[in-house]
Amino acid sequence: MSVAAHGETAAAVANYIFPNDLHVHWSLMIVLYPYITGIVAGAFIVSSLYHVFHIKELKPIARFSLLFALAFLICATWPLLNHLGHPERAMSMMLTPNPTSAMAGFGYIYSAYMIVLLLEILFLYRPTVVALKKQTSGFMRTLYGILSVGSDNVSEKALRLDHKIISFLAAIGIPMACVLHGYVGFIFGGIKANPLWATPLMPLIFLLSACVSGIAGIIVAYTLIMKFTGQPLDVNCIRTCVKFLWGFFILDFVFEMLELFSHFYMATHHWHTLEALYSGPLYVSFWVLQVGVFSVIPFFLLMALSLVNWNDKVIAFFAPIVSVMILCQVLLMRWNVVVGGQLMSKSERGATTFHPQWLEKEGILPAIIIMVAPIVILWIIGKILPFWQKDDPAAQQAG
Amino acid sequence: MIDIKKEIQKDRRAFIKNVLGGTIAGSLLLVIPAGSNAVEIPEQLPGMRDEDSVFTKKNFVFIVDVTACIGCGSCCVADKNEYNVPDGNYRTWVERYIIDDHDEVYVDSPNGGLDGYTEPRTDIPFPVRDTFFVPKLCNMCEKPSCVQVCPVGATYKTEDGFILIDKDRCVGCGYCIQACPYSVRYLNPVTRTADKCTWCYHRVRKGLLPACVNVCPVHARKFGDLNDKKSEVYKLLREPHVISVLKPGMGNKPALHYLGLRREVV
Repeated sequence: MSVAAHGETAAAVANYIFPNDLHVHWSLMIVLYPYITGIVAGAFIVSSLYHVFHIKELKPIARFSLLFALAFLICATWPLLNHLGHPERAMSMMLTPNPTSAMAGFGYIYSAYMIVLLLEILFLYRPTVVALKKQTSGFMRTLYGILSVGSDNVSEKALRLDHKIISFLAAIGIPMACVLHGYVGFIFGGIKANPLWATPLMPLIFLLSACVSGIAGIIVAYTLIMKFTGQPLDVNCIRTCVKFLWGFFILDFVFEMLELFSHFYMATHHWHTLEALYSGPLYVSFWVLQVGVFSVIPFFLLMALSLVNWNDKVIAFFAPIVSVMILCQVLLMRWNVVVGGQLMSKSERGATTFHPQWLEKEGILPAIIIMVAPIVILWIIGKILPFWQKDDPAAQQAG
Repeated sequence: MIDIKKEIQKDRRAFIKNVLGGTIAGSLLLVIPAGSNAVEIPEQLPGMRDEDSVFTKKNFVFIVDVTACIGCGSCCVADKNEYNVPDGNYRTWVERYIIDDHDEVYVDSPNGGLDGYTEPRTDIPFPVRDTFFVPKLCNMCEKPSCVQVCPVGATYKTEDGFILIDKDRCVGCGYCIQACPYSVRYLNPVTRTADKCTWCYHRVRKGLLPACVNVCPVHARKFGDLNDKKSEVYKLLREPHVISVLKPGMGNKPALHYLGLRREVV
């Protein structure tokens, strides 16, 4: 849109936006950033449900969840780096951070979380890696040597110590996963200038939607991998996942609606702007898609799947479908928060528009590449570390 | 009067010498840079040229007189020239407010008011009750949100109250743009860093008024030191006038004040 056209548009609809608010600065990349970190945090929580809270049914996917989290965590910074005007200066955030900036903490929290996740994976896979090292030769043997960090000791005593360390890492990983994503919510929630973002509920909503997207992501990945590799699905595990998904989704959806209802009920002058936003530019993406199609339908589907004792085929068919819907819901939520929040001008008198392009630097194609990358990385990780117990030489020896 | 022909005939050689010498001397004046004092601009901010510390002890404030602005756009032109602001981005802009007799408020700012408001709006359905112009620029907040959120400290506040940006440190994340309640910031497409009005810090340091203040034909933009009791800004802010700031509820405490500000203005 040309500059001159801006004035005409503003005049035509009695809709005044500040001249610098025409452009949406945080576009698709910043939609993906909380989406990816959310999937990471949620997948980690699935793993911790087994390792810390001893939900035995989740054993088949407990290790896979960590590798899944790692694959996405590796890519979590990519959209940010693509977004920055000067990515070559990105390290300044860690080397010379501004202590009052909500954003400056991300590098530290991200790095700390990456260390915990890597350590947990290394300890969890140590017996596997030792066994694989003996079976392989050449490059793979060297790689397994590095991954075993020089220790081939798989005696019962050593494994017992490993187990304690794993439990400890999983336990501190839970608050860290919560901090990672609650913090991402705070990056938005701390911006008082934006009435859509500035709510203390934002970290909570981000965290709950993170749990939801992580669990849904695991269900989809697990069922698809099992289907395409022709392996039997552990339906009990899926049932348990669905129950947790329903539980977290109840909280997530209720808080999302409560947040909106509070704005509506308090009806401060900000509501005037928000109301125009929700009934105008966000009507389809929020009310129709996020709430209507991808929240209400999965809500009842999950309720039915959790409460009624369906046979295995029904669960195996509907669980991935409802999970994909939940993944769409969370992506829409990120879009509606990140982009929606910027559509309102701070003039409180109007909204701008935003249509992502396919080929621009932060466009749809780069977004697709960044979302496919974790899947490729997961596939590579799968070539090194076995996802499932039955492919694991250490588990076979033990079993 | 000197008869040129006679002069030439008197000593042709000397005449050519003089003309050539004069031409070369004149050209040299254009080529060799003149000293900074060659064209002395009188000090517009009293005492600034005696300041020798990094930060002054002054307390600068900016006052916009809404009742005086005529919407000519001179300030915007001066600003764009001073900083070569890329099209579509605005360090300062002027808004036109029109209120009809049904109390509907119409606001526009085509091209940020850069071209001036030469044509009246024709889309107002009812008789116009009131109309006025509101120039906007950086609020130089006492508690600036942009400085708070900048992850690398590229946006900072000087001790004498200016909020400035170090474009060699800025990572271009855009967080400050989101945080500014007044939308005075933009991402400069040339430098790929955040940019905004500086109240012409470089001019102020040399004792000159900000470019927009300098060109305003109706003195709607006022700038000065609040510590100077003889200054116009001191008198305006200390005497009973209708003065307010934008979005006081944000708690940013701007140093940009508006004389005769209307409640319709956001």
